[in-house]
Amino acid sequence: MAKHKISVTVNGSAREAEVESRLLLVHFLRETLRLTGTHIGCDTSHCGACTVLLDGEPVKSCTVLAVQADGAKVTTVEGLEQGGKLHPVQEGFTEKHGLQCGYCTPGMMMTSVALLERNKNPSEQEIRQAIAGNLCRCTGYVNIVKAVQYAAEKVR
Amino acid sequence: MIPAAFDYHCPKSLDEAVGLLARYGDGAKVLSGGMSLLPVLKLRLGSFAHLVDIGRISGLDYIKEDGGFLKIGAVTRQATLERSELIRSKCAVLADAVPLIADPLVRNRGTIGGNVANGDPGNDQPAIMLALGATFIVRGNKGERTIAANQFYTGFFTTALAPDDILTEIRIPLPPARSGGAYVKLKRKVGDFAAAAAAVQLTLDAKGAVERCAIALTNAGPTPLEAADAARSLIGKMPDDKSIAEASHLAAAKSAPSADRRGSVEYKREMARVMVARALHKAVERAGGR
Repeated sequence: MAKHKISVTVNGSAREAEVESRLLLVHFLRETLRLTGTHIGCDTSHCGACTVLLDGEPVKSCTVLAVQADGAKVTTVEGLEQGGKLHPVQEGFTEKHGLQCGYCTPGMMMTSVALLERNKNPSEQEIRQAIAGNLCRCTGYVNIVKAVQYAAEKVR
Repeated sequence: MIPAAFDYHCPKSLDEAVGLLARYGDGAKVLSGGMSLLPVLKLRLGSFAHLVDIGRISGLDYIKEDGGFLKIGAVTRQATLERSELIRSKCAVLADAVPLIADPLVRNRGTIGGNVANGDPGNDQPAIMLALGATFIVRGNKGERTIAANQFYTGFFTTALAPDDILTEIRIPLPPARSGGAYVKLKRKVGDFAAAAAAVQLTLDAKGAVERCAIALTNAGPTPLEAADAARSLIGKMPDDKSIAEASHLAAAKSAPSADRRGSVEYKREMARVMVARALHKAVERAGGR
């Protein structure tokens, strides 16, 4: 089976690799690039723990092939902090206790970042709709919503 | 979970894609958004030696009004449909359905072409295509042809597409004045397939009686199902509680769901009746009736 040379801009830096056709984007990030902030949860495109931004849109990286990301920009949770300063969404999750076990948190934050790029003043319902594809088994979502509201206020 | 090995192909044109499909035959599968295909490969429910990605072929991603039709390119993503003003204003039944498909992250990748061409009776858009009287533009080895949605779904996960065919466009006739459509879906949670769902598209005459009507059901049998008798029962009648109740009973009688974690056959048939009744009421209201 042929290998493919791919170039992906991950968190702002150009990365190149030779990958098998069947390599999933999440494995490319975690194993090839050693960016283990992106989690593998259900591995069946239900839970959203593996959410990353692909050309700015949140997607489940367990259900995207690495070759499909060739030429694209990928942002993972490692790319949120800039110059030692937390992204407002990261700050919100810290300040509002938006996590307990933390497993869903990287995916939850990536979806929230994309939401705030599109809508700087989301209603509670809009936040809940946006994160409908990210499952959290600890918090009951109440503090996650508060964390996103906190971040929204910061980015406005 | 890791799929069995395959070769990925990334054609730049439709001709190149059709050529690859013709060369590899049954061993090849078209990859669009991948939201159904990749889980199938990962769970090893199926495997293909070659995936032909049509996602990078330019000119297949559009929503436009043209010559009395709404034309949608096959690789148009669900998220694009969800944000489209044209869909919102011209196609209520699709506008209802898209936010109910899977979840927002899946809708960022999943395409309408994949949804309708996969042949999964649990997908929402096939029933909508039946209700709307849509046609599919298909490119194959011998050129382009048109397949009506009601000729397309031949069996469980089986369609009229040949192995070297690619669905390129969905063509929806724009309805006349006094028309309305609706899609109503019952599901257990975000991301689930329908326990029952109904698509309705109808047109009223000047007096408010039903002039045209189509009803189709999702996940009510091995293929998306058109409830033609139910729709016919409304023609010429005022769409009131009585005639809608009759039609929804006829539609439920036509449904042939199978029992699974979403419920028993009896439950699903009853829910199909309720979904049809609600969709009919909503469509009538949108058509300006009553």
